[in-house]
Amino acid sequence: MSNSYTSDILKPFKLKTKQQELLIRVLILCLVYILAFITRLFSVLRYESMIHEFDPYFNYRTTLYVTQHGFYDFWNWFDYESWYPLGRIVGGTLYPGLMVTAALIYRLLHFLRFAVHIREVCVLTAPFFASNTTLVAYFFGKEIWDSGAGLVAAILIAVCPGYISRSVAGSYDNEGVAIFALLFTFYLFVKAVNTGSLAWGLASAFGYFYMVSAWGGYVFIINLIPLYVLVLLITGRYSMRLYVAYNCLYILGMLLAMQIRFVGFQHVQSGEHMAAMGVFFLMQVFYFLDWVKHMLSDTNLFQEFLRITVTCAVAVGGIALGVGMASGYISPWTGRFYSLLDPTYAKDHIPIIASVSEHQPTAWSSFMFDFHILLFLFPAGLYFCFKRLSDATIFIVMYGLTSMYFAGVMVRLILVATPAVCLISAIAVSATVKNLTVLLRSKTKVAQIGSTKGTSSAKASSKASLDQSQPFQKNGAMALLFGAFYLLSRYATHCTWVTSEAYSSPSIVLAARGAHGNRVIFDDYREAYFWLRQNTPLDAKVMSWWDYGYQITAMGNRTVIVDNNTWNNTHIATVGRAMSSYEDEAYEIIRSLDVDYVLVVFGGVTGYSSDDINKFLWMVRIGGGVFPVIKEPDYLVNGEYRIDKGAAPKMLNCLMYKLSYYRFGEMMTEYGKPPGYDRARGVEIGNKDIKLEHLEEAFTTSNWIVRIYKVKPPNNRW
Amino acid sequence: MGKFWVIFVASISILLPFLCNSFSPETPTDRRVLVLLDDFAVKSSHSSYFNSLKLRGFDLDFKLADDPKIALQRYGQYLYDALILFCPSVERFGGSVDVAAIINFVDSGHDLIIAADVNASDLIREVATECGVDFDEDPSAMVIDHTGYAVSETEGDHTLIASDDFIKSDVIIGSKKIEAPVLFQGIGHSLNPVNSLVLKVLSASPSAYSANPLSKLSTPPSLTGSAISLVSVVQARNNARILITGSLSMFSNRFFRSGVQKSGSSTKYEKSGNEQFLTELSKWIFHERGHLKAVNVKHHKVVETDEPALYRINDELEYSVEIYEWSGTSWEPYVTDDVQVQFYMMSPYILKTLSNDKKGLYSASFKVPDVYGVFQFKVEYQKLGYTSLSLSKQIPVRPYRHNEYERFIPTAYPYYGAAFSTMAGFFIFSFVHLYNK
Repeated sequence: MSNSYTSDILKPFKLKTKQQELLIRVLILCLVYILAFITRLFSVLRYESMIHEFDPYFNYRTTLYVTQHGFYDFWNWFDYESWYPLGRIVGGTLYPGLMVTAALIYRLLHFLRFAVHIREVCVLTAPFFASNTTLVAYFFGKEIWDSGAGLVAAILIAVCPGYISRSVAGSYDNEGVAIFALLFTFYLFVKAVNTGSLAWGLASAFGYFYMVSAWGGYVFIINLIPLYVLVLLITGRYSMRLYVAYNCLYILGMLLAMQIRFVGFQHVQSGEHMAAMGVFFLMQVFYFLDWVKHMLSDTNLFQEFLRITVTCAVAVGGIALGVGMASGYISPWTGRFYSLLDPTYAKDHIPIIASVSEHQPTAWSSFMFDFHILLFLFPAGLYFCFKRLSDATIFIVMYGLTSMYFAGVMVRLILVATPAVCLISAIAVSATVKNLTVLLRSKTKVAQIGSTKGTSSAKASSKASLDQSQPFQKNGAMALLFGAFYLLSRYATHCTWVTSEAYSSPSIVLAARGAHGNRVIFDDYREAYFWLRQNTPLDAKVMSWWDYGYQITAMGNRTVIVDNNTWNNTHIATVGRAMSSYEDEAYEIIRSLDVDYVLVVFGGVTGYSSDDINKFLWMVRIGGGVFPVIKEPDYLVNGEYRIDKGAAPKMLNCLMYKLSYYRFGEMMTEYGKPPGYDRARGVEIGNKDIKLEHLEEAFTTSNWIVRIYKVKPPNNRW
Repeated sequence: MGKFWVIFVASISILLPFLCNSFSPETPTDRRVLVLLDDFAVKSSHSSYFNSLKLRGFDLDFKLADDPKIALQRYGQYLYDALILFCPSVERFGGSVDVAAIINFVDSGHDLIIAADVNASDLIREVATECGVDFDEDPSAMVIDHTGYAVSETEGDHTLIASDDFIKSDVIIGSKKIEAPVLFQGIGHSLNPVNSLVLKVLSASPSAYSANPLSKLSTPPSLTGSAISLVSVVQARNNARILITGSLSMFSNRFFRSGVQKSGSSTKYEKSGNEQFLTELSKWIFHERGHLKAVNVKHHKVVETDEPALYRINDELEYSVEIYEWSGTSWEPYVTDDVQVQFYMMSPYILKTLSNDKKGLYSASFKVPDVYGVFQFKVEYQKLGYTSLSLSKQIPVRPYRHNEYERFIPTAYPYYGAAFSTMAGFFIFSFVHLYNK
């Protein structure tokens, strides 16, 4: 009685199977959304709510500027605190998407009366967009396979280390929003191709616009999509849907992208964008031919016509490209683009690109580290894609393969490959699990049906089961399911461990384990920048290697000579030359640049290995690339880089060596080692008696990581 | 009680100018001079020189060089504006004074006169070396000149030199021509070639050399000819001025008064040039002449008067600066036609001579170049004898804002026309296509 009563009450709430499934799906998506956000908060827990690394400091500074001065002042901002004395037109040399996004979130929150600080917004922008990416991954997976694959893709991408490395809280960089924009654009484009709808095409154009405004990686989109279209054309999958989708994206996307000042006319002039334009014209030719074919009934006549048209089109295209290149109207490919196609290019020609650690070719271990089981699921997913070939799966296969190639060329591009790898792996996981469960459930279902319907159909059903099943099929499926469960749980464990241990370090505050296992924090960078801010004149110019430029301007609020926006190679080479010259020669350069302070990063006391001495050879190479008086062999002994007694004399007396090791010879760093023992390189330094003539030590941080020197005025009586 | 306060304030206000009449950027002439001597006899034997200084208002404080009470500064404040070292043989100064203290004294903007002599002590040599000149290393060497000597009673003594090879600068040695040669007897020195600030004011003739006059010349002398400097001056970068000479007797009453006849010349002067030369030189050393100041550096756009925080490319701007010269008692307008302003970023983009209004105001107007960056207005005025003016003022130059370009360009009208006609055409086409079945 009571039982039926409660069931009556619950009746309106009772859901059909479809609704239940929807509820579960939404619930899972919500959980994934939250998971993607909170797993990225390790860095805040471990350290504090702070901006990480180098470039994010510039982004933070510019965001601060947007919120304080408004968009138009930001758009026209001429920053005279960097690249002294050249200055930098900030508005025209950056991708404003990230800053504008953060500023809008900040405005929105303030409109809702949440009085948050802009720093908190910046810190949490990347996790927020990572959460959004999981949603996009779900819809994308649904579009190319089914909703199950979408769900798995959302889960995989939520914790994938390859993505987390660039989107932890505090990693306020373009990539944080750009991966979202990239995947979103791809999703919208695939949707447009699948539906042939102008509305989706328009949406993908806007997605592309957001991507262009956020990151230089948009070049990947504008090359991948034409390539995809070309492949579809060649494989005979040309359709009206494709025509609508591509033309809409290309024309509107191009017009929108040209509104970003940093891109501007590059979008129609530079070599990287020519493929998209070529494919656009090719599509028109295709459409025209299609029409002609439709009009002409005679096949022979059409073949003749086809030959003439194709020859003419190719000839005209070739001539146009040749004339454009020769007249300089179409600019050649940039060095970065070349180095993607030919990994050895940068090493031979552009040391400034090769010097950045994230531009190095990827080691196998980092693939394993960033993808874990996805590395094995990826080929399996490709297999499934090829098995069920459609326009959408062709797209994801091409995206996966090209981005995997780029990930192999440059470490940082693992990031671009991550969504593709997650999606394709998700297809593999979803398809496998689905097949297995279908197997399991069909058997039980058959048994159930058999039991309920009685003996009449038992014979038929047993026959069917005999037909399709091998021995131990059910057990095998169970074992495989458990295997998949085990692998996926290992993946989750691995991702969490990587996030907490490797990718949550802000790299501006260093942590180490002390002798007793306790955690030691080196906060020397901020100590030094704060010192600069408090103790130097407002218009003081600080010279340092370009890695620290953004941080000095953002945290120290002082003018720098060069910074991480490496747009002027000569200027950087001048600094490299000063650092690798003898002190009196360097003094001339320093005076000509009006430098007041010189800042070096030194890890000899703490054993911090990414310091200026270890970067020094790049300064020599970059300096020598422009000023041939600086020769790399002068700093090497038999091709070996040394700093001990056997080091080259020029090495022992160059400015960088002197500034790094000034008074270091008096210092005991490790018990049982001689004074002046460099812990970062594990040797006793070769020149302990360093005297400075034109510079004087102004400040050294508590762990000696940052050393600041003041440039003395010229001698009064000489 | 109130009355007491009035008297107190009044007395302070009366005393204040006297308390503050020492060296300052506003009145650059020195006031308080410390004279260090080997022997108080010098005070009387060189009284003419000292008297000429006293007459010009200097407050001379005579001390023996080894007096244990001498000090250049007390409580971080310098007690003197200038120092005269007439103590060539002192081995060690008294009190807290040493070479470093003297160098610091100069480096904080104070003036110095050094007179060495034969057998000059290492201490004096060291001070001189710090100032960029090297005395002959042979302690008994003197400057000898067998052709340019001064005719005197003792035949064959060619160490008394009559020199008239002056520096050609009215600012340093005065505009009145020094007719009579200057008598010199003492040790010679050479200028350190590395030092770009030291100047030879009186140099020896090409036939002079530096050697011990009593011994036979066995090795070639290290210093010969016009490389030998008899009197040199240094103007340091902070405009402190230093005079260095190897002859203390130059300043003596005897040399001031004696007549002079240069060998080989028939003209005999009643009075040597020493008094005029050294007095004029001391005017320069003590900043009574050749001291410039630049004030009121201003720049603004042509039609405006306020100084902007930054300029835009192609702005028309005006730059002005006022330059005055110290006459010894007051600031007079400095009139010349060779002051130039640079608009500088790594190299001068604009170099323009400033025009002046004869009242000390120098100005120029020019157009900002079509280059953005952090520029400097630079005036680097370095003229022989004058204090160097080195003004630089940083000013960023920004490019055009997005709305400062021309909105419509005449040459682009065909494109505007094309765009609008396409739009109109598309509209008509759609209309016809949709409703004309």
